[in-house]
Amino acid sequence: MIPRNPVAAAKVVVFAACLVPLAIVAAKIFGLASFGANPVEEVLFTMGKTGLNLLWITLAVTPVRKLTKLNWLVRLRRMLGLFAFFYLTLHLLTYIGLDRRFDWGSLIVDVTERPYITLGMLGIVLMIPLAVTSTKGWQRRLGRNWTRLHRLVYPIAILGAVHFWWQTKADIREPLVYAVILSLLLGYRLVDSRMRARRRAAAQRPAAP
Amino acid sequence: MTRPKNRIRPSEITPEHVYFNRREILRSAVALGLVPAAAPAFGASIPASGKFSNLAEWPGSLDEEPTEFEHIATYNNFYEFGTGKGDPARNAHTLKPHPWSVEVTGEAEKLGTFALEDILKPHTLEDRVYRFRCVEAWSMIVPWVGFPLGDLLKRFEPTSRAKYVQFFTLNDPEQMPGLRYPILEWPYREGLTMAEAMHPLTLLTVGVYGRVLPNQNGAPLRLIVPWKYGFKSIKSIVRIHFTERQPECTWNMYAPQEYGFYSNVNPNVDHPRWSQATERVLGAGLFSPRVPTLMFNGYAEEVASLYEGLDLVKNY
Repeated sequence: MIPRNPVAAAKVVVFAACLVPLAIVAAKIFGLASFGANPVEEVLFTMGKTGLNLLWITLAVTPVRKLTKLNWLVRLRRMLGLFAFFYLTLHLLTYIGLDRRFDWGSLIVDVTERPYITLGMLGIVLMIPLAVTSTKGWQRRLGRNWTRLHRLVYPIAILGAVHFWWQTKADIREPLVYAVILSLLLGYRLVDSRMRARRRAAAQRPAAP
Repeated sequence: MTRPKNRIRPSEITPEHVYFNRREILRSAVALGLVPAAAPAFGASIPASGKFSNLAEWPGSLDEEPTEFEHIATYNNFYEFGTGKGDPARNAHTLKPHPWSVEVTGEAEKLGTFALEDILKPHTLEDRVYRFRCVEAWSMIVPWVGFPLGDLLKRFEPTSRAKYVQFFTLNDPEQMPGLRYPILEWPYREGLTMAEAMHPLTLLTVGVYGRVLPNQNGAPLRLIVPWKYGFKSIKSIVRIHFTERQPECTWNMYAPQEYGFYSNVNPNVDHPRWSQATERVLGAGLFSPRVPTLMFNGYAEEVASLYEGLDLVKNY
């Protein structure tokens, strides 16, 4: 059953692609593939990286849509954002359940004393209201406030980038790539909104005599 | 997933039960008079076959199941070959561990450059099962092959001014692709006090699991200091330097607030960014818990006296 509508078809493809990292981990858990020496780290990193990748892709939707004029791309955005939330939640649960094994004492110490964990956790917690209000119903109910609320995704992404950077031991090349891409994605929005504001101002000025 | 080309095939690895049974076999062979009890283990060398024979038993070995060879040889921190854990196993085939020589400099009588063969010759290689604890809070149990570093250092006749000994890793970008990136200050260097270096647990290491060290594990010659975090156990040593003053150590130079000169395993002193109270045992599976980290990595009885009167919180 291939949907005839191209947007629906794209949704199916994106949905399937988003499940691949989870499927790989599941295959390893069920013995169809093997883990390396440090399975907990492997699961933790897979979930964290996939979550960040999807968050970055979610943030790329708007710039790509505007630059390419492919407006239907926006219809993939909610799914991408929810998958980012899904993987980052699994990342957090892996940490709490498999790494810390629900040892609340050591968790409290980690969250209060280790800034990269504090920031990472804050980022995921801030995603909860965005995931909850991602439905059409909430979008309608909140009106213009919905857009305001969902701007939280910008600080959330910055928290993610800093979390990744601060847990690195010495080789900052990879977190640097994430930070640079995020700066481009956020920088585009700054420039774009400035330009729109200028255009609006120009349109409101009375025409020259 | 790509498979590293230089990976050791499972068929090449001595099965662990055979590996550990050979002690039993040897013991019964001695009892039957088939093998002389004092095996002629002198004249240590790197065997061309890749497998050591006549290794002396070391009575202090841990009585625990060692980590699988596969994990020991594929999960490495050896930034000269890349910073990912799997990078060294993939990239270290470019290292040429033969021929090899070691330069001896500083406060000692017998200085010069010595061929690896001459370094090893007078020593007896032993099979020692040690705990290994990384500063990143993972650990493994490893059957190393080596001999006490102190036995070698004595041969160079250090002077009374030799208070510390420093080691340097090879610094050849042709053989070590990771050296092209200035992630750490190359060459990698590490140091010990003379007392630490002369301690009988400090092992100059040439093998693992009865085999010649894989390149990614620091071939042909590395240090193992079992009561310190793994990064102190410098790999692929090309220079030994005796000195009066505390020497530069790579990770300490990179982040002195995170990596001290001593870097003794200590569950009570956390790394500024993570706890050192527990560790994850490699190969233990997804659902196994972390285990508590032991003071001096379980070697307190042997080494605590080295640090009497020293504040271990300040001197981390």
